[in-house]
Amino acid sequence: MAVEPRNPPPQLLFKLRRALGGRAGWGGLILQILFVMALAWIAYEIVGNARTNLENQRIASGFGFMSGTAGFGVSQSLIPYSESDTYTRVFVVGLLNTLLVSLVGIFFATIIGFLVGLGRLSPNWMVSRLSGGYVELVRNLPLLFQILFWYLAVLAALPSPRQSVSIFGSVFLNNRGLVVPRPIPHEGLWPFLIAVAIAVAGSLVLGRYARHALFRSGRVVVVWPYVVGSLIGLPLIAELVFGIPLSFEMPVLRGFNFAGGSRIIPELVALVLALSTYTAAFIAEVVRGGVLSVHKGQMEAGASLGLSRGATLRLIVVPQAMRVILPPLTNQYLNLTKNSSLAVAIGYPDLFSVFAGTTLSQTGQAIEVIAITMGVYLLISLVTSAIMSFYGWRINRSMGA
Amino acid sequence: MKRVLAFTLAALVGLPLQSALAQTQDAAKGKSMLETVKARGALSCGVSQGLPGFSAPDDKGNWSGIDVDVCRAIAAVIFNDPTKVKFVPLSAKDRFIALQSGEIDVLSRNTTWTLSRDASLGANFTGVTYYDGQGFLVKKSLKVNSALELNSASVCVQTGTTTEQNLADYFKSNKMKYEVIAFASADETVKAYESGRCDVFTSDVSQLYAERLKLANPADHVVLPEVISKEPLGPMVRQGDDQWFDLVKWTLFAMLDAEEFGITQKNVDEMVKTADKPELKRVLGTDGNFGEQLGVTKDWVVRIVKAVGNYGESFDRNVGAGSKLGIARGLNKLWNKGGIQYAPPIR
Repeated sequence: MAVEPRNPPPQLLFKLRRALGGRAGWGGLILQILFVMALAWIAYEIVGNARTNLENQRIASGFGFMSGTAGFGVSQSLIPYSESDTYTRVFVVGLLNTLLVSLVGIFFATIIGFLVGLGRLSPNWMVSRLSGGYVELVRNLPLLFQILFWYLAVLAALPSPRQSVSIFGSVFLNNRGLVVPRPIPHEGLWPFLIAVAIAVAGSLVLGRYARHALFRSGRVVVVWPYVVGSLIGLPLIAELVFGIPLSFEMPVLRGFNFAGGSRIIPELVALVLALSTYTAAFIAEVVRGGVLSVHKGQMEAGASLGLSRGATLRLIVVPQAMRVILPPLTNQYLNLTKNSSLAVAIGYPDLFSVFAGTTLSQTGQAIEVIAITMGVYLLISLVTSAIMSFYGWRINRSMGA
Repeated sequence: MKRVLAFTLAALVGLPLQSALAQTQDAAKGKSMLETVKARGALSCGVSQGLPGFSAPDDKGNWSGIDVDVCRAIAAVIFNDPTKVKFVPLSAKDRFIALQSGEIDVLSRNTTWTLSRDASLGANFTGVTYYDGQGFLVKKSLKVNSALELNSASVCVQTGTTTEQNLADYFKSNKMKYEVIAFASADETVKAYESGRCDVFTSDVSQLYAERLKLANPADHVVLPEVISKEPLGPMVRQGDDQWFDLVKWTLFAMLDAEEFGITQKNVDEMVKTADKPELKRVLGTDGNFGEQLGVTKDWVVRIVKAVGNYGESFDRNVGAGSKLGIARGLNKLWNKGGIQYAPPIR
């Protein structure tokens, strides 16, 4: 009797069913669609409800206010801003200020955090105790208190503009901030930058070639004279041909304050100090946990190869620890970004201060402003998480895990 | 901030969260504000978080000030007892939300009457308790005599007020540069000014006098002569209950009318007995039923004056010559004494 060939199951349909409906099959899919519809209906009801409630109370609603004139000043702006700009512009100014303080804060928090975290594991008694003391002191005090402390400490330590601390007559430090000469671009800037880029790229290629030659055939190729020559020579030629790339506008004391130049306001300094030292204490513990999670045999292996402790940590232990460190490290970055909204206490013009603060009270449109602000913080956090996940994926891939 | 979020949530979901929107729902059921307040047994009054002269608690928690007196007067009219007020301290930012959500019945918190606030917040101003204007406080050591000399100055302000816009307008129209540092609370603003972060602290002139008292050495600071804006400060109520709006409005008018007729806390009892002039009798409630038209008793003005005195007495006791602030009456004199305080007649 001939065996009838069995038809293979319809693979595509099966996979589709599995992907959409999960183990419950098509029934599960219908359930999911119903659930999404219910969510959409609730959202629709909420919006409708809010609109009716506001209309009943005769409170203005809608997003039309965003194109109105803001009419108030902001002490720090990364893009050109004046009082006659719109609330939309204010929103962007605040957002950029939030991103600025977050990025700078994350940068310093990571450095301090890694140093303190590794320091706590140091065999040196003094270093490990100091690191431990730092962590316990800083992470156990309220952040708002620390922000106010740094702000008042920074301000108290600095002189008034007329008694500024001057460095070479061009950089000034006073209680209005750090005033530095402002670079002004000229026509020569682009050729200059392109020349620098070519020089750097060329040097990198030369370096790779030299290493390749060394590993492949044991030849030592001397490249540094070419590297130095191109790094200095190319930009110099560009400058001679196209003119100077930059000039500097010097700050001058005029009236109450310095006119000209760029200024880093003390609010930014205090906020970065407070946020990075505070978050660093948590990052230090994350790093310590990550390093301890790597088997101590790895450390011993490094030592038996004759590597120094620093080199063992850098080359062997920390790369393995990164897998453990990364998820909680992301948490700390997110915390830092969200904590930056405490800026309002010391008058740093972040998103929360200029938008959910001044804009809200000038327009009175609480619901719209709060919704936008929440949405933006959510977006910033999601983007941060995505970047960190991508980094984590690369680490995992490179370690073959 | 908690209030902002609570309000947002309540408006979105349409349910009363804490007391949010509860009053509005009472109104929907046909219950008037006056009935609601009577049933609750106390007036809920939004005030500042402590501004001497306007609304500030003493060390025993008793509130006083000219804004507080307005609320006490309303309580006196309704309950014949000026102590039946629950004071809710509010930040500049939270104040309108507390009113919109129904957490308070009256907002009496040195709030400037502007068109946008009157039109878009779902609330109405009922009158002007104090005609103020924005000014500048500077250190004497800066040797500045006029606000026009403030080019390139750093200015500290409290956010959530009309101050920031006035400041921008003034410096722009005088072609001066400035730097503004905005703080969330008045205390932090003053601290930053004191630490030298700013050359200037700007706010309503009355507030400058009040905050100057808190500085380590008040005599080292001076309020500049320029007043750069009109800041009529007054109480606010929610829209939608005209009877309540009238009652709050006329309570302030009654204080002004009482001053005009020379009715004081001391002589009010005597006056009720001896009044013979018809307009005086109408004010004191011995003739006509004017209080009843407002939904309260005939002797409403007598109750107000007994509780807090007339407008002049309240002004003097809280911000004027009889207080630590010592601010001159100026614009706030009665219309027949050279000022602009003017109340419609009770008749």
